[in-house]
Amino acid sequence: MARIIVVTSGKGGVGKTTTSAAIAMGLAKKGHKTAVIDFDVGLRNLDLIMGCERRVVYDFINVINGEASLNQALIRDKNCNQLFILPASQTRDKDALTLEGVGRVLEELAKEFKYIVCDSPAGIEKGANLALYYADDAFVVTNPEVSSVRDSDRMLGILASKSRRAERNEEPVREYLLLTRYDPNRVKSGEMLGLDDVQDILSLQLLGIIPESKSVLTASNAGIPVILDDKSEAGLAYQDVVARYLGEDRPHRFIDDKKGFFRKLFGGRL
Amino acid sequence: MLNSSSVLEFKSTTFFTPILILNTNDIAAIEQTLQEKISMAPDFFKHSPLVIDVRELNKSELDFNVTEIVETLRRIGLFPIGLRGGTEQQNSQAQKLSIPVDAGRDHDAGALAQHDRRAAVATDAGNENPTAESMNGEDKNPKATATSATADLPVQSVAPVQPVRTMLVTQPVRSGQRIYAPGDLVVMSQVSAGAEIMAEGNIHVYNTLRGRALAGVQGNTSARIFCLDLQAELVSIAGDYKTSEHITKTTQKKPVQIYLQDHALIINEIA
Ligand SMILES: Nc1ncnc2c1ncn2[C@@H]1O[C@H](COP(=O)(O)OP(=O)(O)OP(=O)(O)O)[C@@H](O)[C@H]1O
Ligand SMILES: [Mg+2]
Repeated sequence: MARIIVVTSGKGGVGKTTTSAAIAMGLAKKGHKTAVIDFDVGLRNLDLIMGCERRVVYDFINVINGEASLNQALIRDKNCNQLFILPASQTRDKDALTLEGVGRVLEELAKEFKYIVCDSPAGIEKGANLALYYADDAFVVTNPEVSSVRDSDRMLGILASKSRRAERNEEPVREYLLLTRYDPNRVKSGEMLGLDDVQDILSLQLLGIIPESKSVLTASNAGIPVILDDKSEAGLAYQDVVARYLGEDRPHRFIDDKKGFFRKLFGGRL
Repeated sequence: MLNSSSVLEFKSTTFFTPILILNTNDIAAIEQTLQEKISMAPDFFKHSPLVIDVRELNKSELDFNVTEIVETLRRIGLFPIGLRGGTEQQNSQAQKLSIPVDAGRDHDAGALAQHDRRAAVATDAGNENPTAESMNGEDKNPKATATSATADLPVQSVAPVQPVRTMLVTQPVRSGQRIYAPGDLVVMSQVSAGAEIMAEGNIHVYNTLRGRALAGVQGNTSARIFCLDLQAELVSIAGDYKTSEHITKTTQKKPVQIYLQDHALIINEIA
């Protein structure tokens, strides 16, 4: 059975696309056939982060409209042959995505893929609702600040009431917290919320903490998901996330600012 | 030829309509009070159908004009759909406005329900509205305030009156979510900031309450709110409320009970 994962947040710019690319790659690297879909119509950038922007011919909306087959539109990743990308359209308007159309594409993908990762646009409007509607699992990406936490909470409410699982009264969407752009120094100085504060408000299962790291930008400029960078703390944290999602028990790291300790241990750079 | 059942169908359903009990004939005061209520729960009251109860007015021999009241209600976005306890003259005024009247013979499912029952052919006991059950039994005493909406009359046709049920919520109530319980409400999980829980009866939150909690929303002044960890944005009982700004530090983040005493909200730590 395929599992549909939505990467969502409410608030923009918190790291959804970075996360979608990383976990899709992580799952594929573990041998699971994975597709990652860009739901951000008009603002596509998943293909940039995945480094396949120059190979885009057809997109998600072409498939929905029957202008291209799924196989024509899916782009095989250059680093991992278990990973496929379904890019968003840069030119169409958002209304081209329909609930029924999205459902059809997901159903077809589910026949072939183990995991389908949906990179949600920001906001709580139609685009975000479409991205989460069919989800089995939700990765709620949150930055350690009040507005991001509040928006995540709002998203969780929508997941609990407007997803297909909610509408059909099925087992609820499994919700996981991903705390990203975490900077222990700024937590210590009180500029950012700590893990405890966030957990206090959201009470969700924590899948991982992704530290703020320059390597994320470097990776996205290079078009290689950061999870492939074994020298990056963010990359290692994403590897942990995938392992935990697949059922492995790994301790959380990069929470405290143990000056240099982890950095020395993992040779990571910040 | 089409047989009659394919043209239309009568179903008896149960639905819930608030009763607006008027205690004054001062239209301006009525309008102002209603505006205040609406601003507290706009989604709930907006376009809400309601039955106007004028028994108190007639008992106190206060003079009023049905048309004027109906027009005022409509102007602020409410839909009067019935008049209860009117005199013959008031009733005929209402009927001219196409508003059904209830002679006010009894206190429960009265003539309005009868009115409905005549149309009831098929019996479909299933409630379409989850809040439809158990509308009886809250505080029926008109309050000292200008108006109070009391849900003591279900416009229902088949089901016998049922005791007020307790609604149990086990999932977290997240920001943007709203819950309305026609009786008591018990929430086992947290209520987030930006969430709103309302009950006609008491509210129990066995977790952290960060959002808004409104108990006794139909005017039950003896309703109470209990919670294990008070961090609410707003608490209200029967329309009297306090915002977080006015909740004293001593009861913040404490297990508390909240009740009404002489129109003042009392927040007490539960030791
Ligand atoms: N852990 C991190 N450390 C440093 N920078 C990060 C991290 N995660 C994300 N970023 C940066 O934050 C910016 C936004 O990231 P991303 O595009 O993944 O967010 P998004 O939630 O998908 O945004 P949108 O809502 O616009 O779709 C990017 O510039 C990215 O490089
Ligand atoms: Mg994005």
